[in-house]
Amino acid sequence: MIQCANVYKSFADTTVLSGVNFDISSGEIFGLLGPSGAGKTTLIKILTGQLAYEVGSVKTLGKNVESLTGEDKKNIGIMMDEFGVYERFSCVENLQVFADIYGIPHSKIKETLKMVGLQDAMRKPAMNLSKGMRTRLQLARVFLHSPKIIFLDEPTSGLDPQTMKSIHKIILEKKETGVTLFLTTHNMEEAAALCDMVALLNEGVIVEKGAPKEICRKYNHQKKIKLHLSSGEDLELKHGKESATEISRLFEAGAIETIHSSEPNLETVFLELTGRKLQEDA
Amino acid sequence: MRNIIVIIKKQIKDTIKNKVVLIQFILFPIMTLIMENAIKLDGMPDAFFTKLFSVMYMGMSPLTAMAAIISEEKEKNTLRVLMMANVAPWEYLAGVGIYVWTICMAGAGVMATGLEKKDILFYLLVMGIGFVISIVLGGCIGIFAKNQMVSTSLVMPAMAILSFGPMLALFNRTIEKVAKFLYTQQISVLLNKMSFGQGNGESIIIIMINAAVFIALFFMAFRRRGLE
Repeated sequence: MIQCANVYKSFADTTVLSGVNFDISSGEIFGLLGPSGAGKTTLIKILTGQLAYEVGSVKTLGKNVESLTGEDKKNIGIMMDEFGVYERFSCVENLQVFADIYGIPHSKIKETLKMVGLQDAMRKPAMNLSKGMRTRLQLARVFLHSPKIIFLDEPTSGLDPQTMKSIHKIILEKKETGVTLFLTTHNMEEAAALCDMVALLNEGVIVEKGAPKEICRKYNHQKKIKLHLSSGEDLELKHGKESATEISRLFEAGAIETIHSSEPNLETVFLELTGRKLQEDA
Repeated sequence: MRNIIVIIKKQIKDTIKNKVVLIQFILFPIMTLIMENAIKLDGMPDAFFTKLFSVMYMGMSPLTAMAAIISEEKEKNTLRVLMMANVAPWEYLAGVGIYVWTICMAGAGVMATGLEKKDILFYLLVMGIGFVISIVLGGCIGIFAKNQMVSTSLVMPAMAILSFGPMLALFNRTIEKVAKFLYTQQISVLLNKMSFGQGNGESIIIIMINAAVFIALFFMAFRRRGLE
């Protein structure tokens, strides 16, 4: 669905993207993880034809991004943090503008607003919506014309955990319909919860990519098991026969309260690879 | 064509909600109706307030509305959303331009009620041409300005010169000499004559030069900045 091969982009003397490579299959949620300033938004702009790149090749919907026609663009939905809504218009009126542009019957507007949980705020002017509701409205605008690929730039940035969860649910529901989703985030929990594949981007370079679980397993250098005993004591055991015997003994004695594997998460992998935290400025 | 109609529909809907733009459109027609009916002085030329306010209306409303609409969409980033929805920049500009022109013509239609019937067609034709030039200039400012604040700071002097120039020219000969190069001043001259008869050549040439300059400026601004 999306192919990005050896893409370079610079602004003046600053290289923003350097040799970026990845392929995204149809129906997949692909997450681009990186701290602010890593080049995530620039990459979305390149993939959607909003920005030219210097070297490499970018294919979206199987076509070179430069040769996407108006009809092709109807199969792409983009939600960027910086995109606005018509403040004086209600949710319905906001969507009416885009329904008319895409030639979609107005009957689909209610259905789309219901999908994103805005059915009770349909007539509310956008200026009176909370940040979470505005995000939902933007999602509704993206979903309205049923695109094949959806780009979401930090869709849950600045939202409370409850709203974030409900947005995740909407995104996962959308994935069920066979849509390909590309999302950027600096929230590793979000990436792990939503994405089939992720790429870790640091200073314009992809430092690792793959399925979140695979990446975490790959960087599981410690290979330790953490035990919390009923006595209150915490134990860390290395993988191996001796540990297996010890765990078995403790189990038999009923001394184990909790048992955890200790593979790293995406945050710690990113820290290991770059020396930077994903959310250092959040 | 569909996208142009969508933009026009969107703007019409917004006019009712956007009081700043709404006032721009209705202020002068209402003022004209009130003044024409309330003030009658001996020796006052026919339809004095209609002609005076018409030129001010032409220099203010389309210019301000056009620049305000474009700059607001740029500032709020709704313009980029439209562009991503495959609305071409020219479709957007045409949609907003047609909308502003139509509303202004409706306003001019109201103002024309103070004129003699035989003059109405001429009046509307001249006003229509003037509105187009103001719209091009307003579009130019809207394209050039990054946000509403910059737009306002550019519109204010342009508006003051175009609107008040012809009025001040009535009282000061030096200002008249300078103002004669403005299309609004020449439209004021045409409105006072109310005919395309002889002696209008200079006015028409100055109006055409103004239009050519603003159109060139518009394309330069658009090529340089686009609608980003």
